[in-house]
Amino acid sequence: MLRRLRDALPLLPFLAVVVIFLIIPTVTVIVSAFFADGAFSLARIEALFSGTALAALWKSVLLSASTALIGAFLGAVLAWLIVSSPPTSMVRRAVISLCSVLAQFGGVALAFAFLATIGLNGVLTLWVQQVFGWNLAGSGWLYSLTGLILVYTYFQIPLMVIVFVPALEGLREQWREAAVSLGASTWRYWREVAVPLLTPAFLGSALLLFANAFAAYATAAALVSQGSPILPLLIRAALTSEVVLGQSGFAYALALEMIIVVAVVMVAYNALVRRTARWLR
Amino acid sequence: MKRSLLAVSAASALVLAGLIACAPPEKKSEGEKTQSGVNASEAKSAADFGGMDALVEAAKREGELNVIALPPDWANYGAIIKAFSDTYGIKVNSAQPDAASQDEINAANQQKGKSTAPDVFDLGQSVALANTAMFAPYTVATWDDIPAAYKDPNGAWVNDYGGYMSIGFDSSKVPPVTGVDDLLKPEYKGKVALNGDPTQAGSAFSGVLMVALSQGGSADDIAPGVDFFRKLKAAGSFLPVDPTPATIESGQTPVVIDWNYLNAAVTAKLPSWQVVVPPNAVVAGYYYQAINKDAPHPAAARLWQEFLYGDQGQNLLAAGGVRPVRADQMLQAGTIDKAVVNKIPVIDGPVTVPSPDQTEKATKYLADNWAGAIG
Repeated sequence: MLRRLRDALPLLPFLAVVVIFLIIPTVTVIVSAFFADGAFSLARIEALFSGTALAALWKSVLLSASTALIGAFLGAVLAWLIVSSPPTSMVRRAVISLCSVLAQFGGVALAFAFLATIGLNGVLTLWVQQVFGWNLAGSGWLYSLTGLILVYTYFQIPLMVIVFVPALEGLREQWREAAVSLGASTWRYWREVAVPLLTPAFLGSALLLFANAFAAYATAAALVSQGSPILPLLIRAALTSEVVLGQSGFAYALALEMIIVVAVVMVAYNALVRRTARWLR
Repeated sequence: MKRSLLAVSAASALVLAGLIACAPPEKKSEGEKTQSGVNASEAKSAADFGGMDALVEAAKREGELNVIALPPDWANYGAIIKAFSDTYGIKVNSAQPDAASQDEINAANQQKGKSTAPDVFDLGQSVALANTAMFAPYTVATWDDIPAAYKDPNGAWVNDYGGYMSIGFDSSKVPPVTGVDDLLKPEYKGKVALNGDPTQAGSAFSGVLMVALSQGGSADDIAPGVDFFRKLKAAGSFLPVDPTPATIESGQTPVVIDWNYLNAAVTAKLPSWQVVVPPNAVVAGYYYQAINKDAPHPAAARLWQEFLYGDQGQNLLAAGGVRPVRADQMLQAGTIDKAVVNKIPVIDGPVTVPSPDQTEKATKYLADNWAGAIG
């Protein structure tokens, strides 16, 4: 018993961090979503079913799902191209390093990069306007959901590459050789061996991308200033509005809603990762 | 960096934990006793300090003043802060100049009892009226000059300045705007911006109200304004961009609905920027000045009030294109600077100022309908 305690001791700081950073905030959110002024109340939860909140939930899911799918497909193709080159190749190492950087390149810097390129006064917008006479920026699509999909995809693809490359590397050459020596064509090898093996990893990665996009805040905050279309922005609005007051309770309920969505996604992700892990041993 | 909301709430939890761990034991800052034996934090007028000179002395001893959410290009606050600081030798700490009214209240609550908490507030109507319990009542020397409609009878808050909703436009990029209806014309496609989200920012709220008035609505019925923006969006004219002096100067937002004094401030930098207050839809809004009752520098906070409502402060405000609350009395008494008289907009005809009840009803409608209209 004592020995166990002693072994656990080095984990104590970690435990403290988890309690402060994860458990206390989560419990606060859950409790505050159900208790208004010290009494149990479902009013805050009911507010989640108002038109505005449901629209935000739907758009958040739409944004996360579409960027997860686009990111997963394009990222998987890119990852496959990377894996096909030898591990010592400079290009491969360069692309993987680049992906590691770009996957974390969200936020205000990314939003600004897009604004400066294809915003209303972006470099590319002005150039295309001059040369072809087209108006790339339109009436500001970049500042709406369409724009968010484009910008989010930009950090989703590299993230997919990072999480999917190990799965592709786990695909052993011997399996392909075995299939070929049994008379399978390349197409058949992919269809009956590689794809079934990779599916759980692919879906798991896609779910990770979904959660990544669902919780992203700064990029959207820097781009969108009208109408709070997605949940994180609606929470901001509920907390900082100087017009509609006393909505911090609603913000707690929205945060709880986000926690539930992400929790469901992460449970599914873990299940898929466990399945994938069988082949990577 | 991308920040997940979890991380944000976690960070705030850490900050809280840090405050508990590191902050010195909370000591109720009473300020020092004044000559008349009243705590500075409870002084209700300069007389409680033993006269204006004693107030100045007390404020100088504190040496600092914390202000919040005062953008330097808003109502001339940059110059006002400098003048106050130069006159009294008091260091002014200006925090979060671009913050919203609610942020001011949040900061006061979060930093309560610390030396960095805001001393004074400059708030929009709804936030001010919802938080009067946080204000320390104080009557300035020029109290009697201020019309009764623009102050709390006990002095918890006093309107400092106001303005009118206006449409600003770059005459070198778009044809002249004469009224709200013009904005639906194809010439303004992809050009019209509103200063913020009306469910979040008071100025944008007043903008939607102005549009509502022009479309047959009233302070009781803001729906026609929302419908107009829906049409504007459908026509591709509405830009979902928050206009700033930078977006205006670079030409991204050639038409901006905002307070007349903010639009007028742009004209100083961009001569082709013109400002129209739509004659059939005049919406006025006043800001609310108040002292934080937990102000870390109670005497300096009170001196700031005396300065703002004194002739010099009011003239400086007027130079920023706003209508200072003592404008009428100063015009009569001739104490207003000749140079700034022309900057105060002249309005004929009825002016709409929504009451707190009307504002509440309208914001409820906006909360339910705005996102759908422009989404």
